[in-house]
Amino acid sequence: MKTPFPELFRAARVTLVLATVTCGLYPIMVTVTARFFFQDKAHGSLLRDGTGSIRGSILLGQAFNEPDCFHPRPSATGYDAADSGGHNLGPTSLKLRDLLRQRIIDYRTLNGLAADAEVPADAVTASASGLDPHISLHNAACQTPRVARARGVPVETVRQLVRKHTESPPLLLFGVPGVHVLKLNLALEELP
Amino acid sequence: MEPSDWLTLILYLAALALLTKPLGILMVAVLEGGGGRPWDRILKPLEILTGRLTGTDPRAGQTWLGYTKSILAFSFCGFLLTFFLLGFQGLLPLNPSHFPGPGPDLAFNTTVSYLTNTDWQSYGGESSLSHLSQMVALTYHNFTSAAVGMAVAAALVRGITRGPGATVGNFWNDLVRVTCLILLPASLVLSVLLASQGVIQNFDPPTRAATLEGREQIMAQGPVASQAAIKILGTNGGGFMRANAAHPFENPTALGNFLQMLAIPALGSGLTHYLGRMSGNQAHGWAVWTAMICLLVSAVVICASSEAAGNPIHHQLGIARAEGNMEGKEVRFGIFHSALFASLTAAASCGAVNCLHDSFTPVGGLVPLFLIDLGEVVIGGAGAGLYGMLVFVILTVFIAGLMVGRTPEYLGKKIGAAEIRLAVIALLTPTGTILVFTALASVSRWGLEGPGNPGPHGLTEILYAYSSATGNNGSAFAGLATDTPPYNLTLALAMLTGRFLVILPVMAIAGSLAAKQPAPPGAGTFPVDGPTFTVLLLATVLLVGALNFFPVLTLGPIVEHFLMHQGHLF
Repeated sequence: MKTPFPELFRAARVTLVLATVTCGLYPIMVTVTARFFFQDKAHGSLLRDGTGSIRGSILLGQAFNEPDCFHPRPSATGYDAADSGGHNLGPTSLKLRDLLRQRIIDYRTLNGLAADAEVPADAVTASASGLDPHISLHNAACQTPRVARARGVPVETVRQLVRKHTESPPLLLFGVPGVHVLKLNLALEELP
Repeated sequence: MEPSDWLTLILYLAALALLTKPLGILMVAVLEGGGGRPWDRILKPLEILTGRLTGTDPRAGQTWLGYTKSILAFSFCGFLLTFFLLGFQGLLPLNPSHFPGPGPDLAFNTTVSYLTNTDWQSYGGESSLSHLSQMVALTYHNFTSAAVGMAVAAALVRGITRGPGATVGNFWNDLVRVTCLILLPASLVLSVLLASQGVIQNFDPPTRAATLEGREQIMAQGPVASQAAIKILGTNGGGFMRANAAHPFENPTALGNFLQMLAIPALGSGLTHYLGRMSGNQAHGWAVWTAMICLLVSAVVICASSEAAGNPIHHQLGIARAEGNMEGKEVRFGIFHSALFASLTAAASCGAVNCLHDSFTPVGGLVPLFLIDLGEVVIGGAGAGLYGMLVFVILTVFIAGLMVGRTPEYLGKKIGAAEIRLAVIALLTPTGTILVFTALASVSRWGLEGPGNPGPHGLTEILYAYSSATGNNGSAFAGLATDTPPYNLTLALAMLTGRFLVILPVMAIAGSLAAKQPAPPGAGTFPVDGPTFTVLLLATVLLVGALNFFPVLTLGPIVEHFLMHQGHLF
């Protein structure tokens, strides 16, 4: 203990052993357990079509621009699942104000809303991850007539699908209800 | 706040309170032994292992100086491990995307960041680090930095409650026990729970998908569940993904989010019970816990209300008034679960985020910033929260002693000039570091190139960065571009100061108090339980924090709040 060197060697030995346990044994145990019980989820809850090719993940949002689809929230990264993130613009940002103003005009025009209609907050703001798979009920309700018109199906049919793909947390205690855009658009594709 | 939000908050606090006692009992059994026969059967082999590894007797106590030297030697080895693993990332296996190693300044910043339990991220996880770097170089510190924090807290509590003697416990014994018997099992349970919610866990290369509209979407993959569990439990907070706990692969459901929120303060909360047991006065432990929870609840209510009220500038454009400020928030969490997460992550020194603090309203963003600047003693980091709060307790007891004109004593130990001097060093070193670096960056060319938002919000971004680094928090007003050599180096210095220049005086206090003869409480002893003590402790924490930071907060979020209401933009 007189020189710092024995202490350093002691520290090095403990470091190596703890690293083996926490960075080798531990992640392997978690991987094996997750693969065994949650095989599909461990690999990202991937969504495959009839031919088996991967069309996305049920957890991640995708970009939709066609008028006959429900549109997700704006994304700062364009739904890039290899580099997530948001705008990080502050409350007094001129840039954010201009972005919002343009998106509000576009949203009202696209969905045939009045020029002074209140626009759903989530419909024009970007999420933190840029991959938000949900939209609010208000947002879905505003888009429903437009989607029904574009597809030539009754509004009530689309409304029913929206209700079916609304995910509500238990007792509202663990979060906020949201409409799953990807599942909803898939269901729309399957309409006769 | 909606009625369901209040209900959630009550349910949350009740769950946290219920966790506190069992975790405290576990900590006493693991750190102090004496938990009975089954415990001995687990502790003995570990003790033999520790003895073999270190060539010392793990039951022999160390002086505060010996304990501190061991911490420093251990931290140095961990630094080397991570620095070289990151630096040589390009040559090492488990790198399916063939990411090259980060530059030396970024590697230094990242290594220091994980070593100090900060997990400040100047890099984007999924877009620059290999599976090996994430799983070994970073996760190693997620475990050990939390264990070191808890060891220091245990040493301080022993110094206060034991004695007279020269020793404060054995660092190697504490380190191995906490890592293997508290952090590992808890992380195993939490990671499997998270995996059940959909958090990914694999070693795959990025997955290519053709989206429904025919675009290509490349999805980053990796061992996320194992890392997310310990990042939360160990109050580290460094996300696998750049978007951290906002990313659906890292935090897919609101239920999983609730579990993560519960895990963030779990260990810090349990440590207050450990304090109560060790001092033989459980009411003291609960009094400290109550002070922490009072501050936490006020913070959550202010933050959530401000976010729910939203931004008047955006309302004027036509955004629905009732829906609050959704910029930088996920729909599945909504306003309240984002505000609660933000308050918790700041209070408990975690730094994981499920929303963008940078896009909060000025008052909403002030809340996490102020919680960090209070010294992260509102529950605080694993261990770091308790030893930080105990410094405030010593100061409170001292002030109370001055008011009644008696020699202050804490749990039978007389508080002298030496302890107060050390306590003031522990309190003022981080404050000075934050303010000096913020001032330096705000008048330097390199500093002013950082902020992504001009005006007062830019100053808040810089202040938040140095607060987060010094407080070893790791969350950010992420619009600030910090991957430049000057920012990487100054932030790394701030992290080192905030960690080790607090641990040093705290260990010195532990040693100084351990040497003192405990005296039985007399008529003049200020009781450290009950509401009087709680209120006095609260007032001390708030006054010190407010006096130190009010001027700079006025120039940042406070002035921005008023400008926002006047419709002023930058």
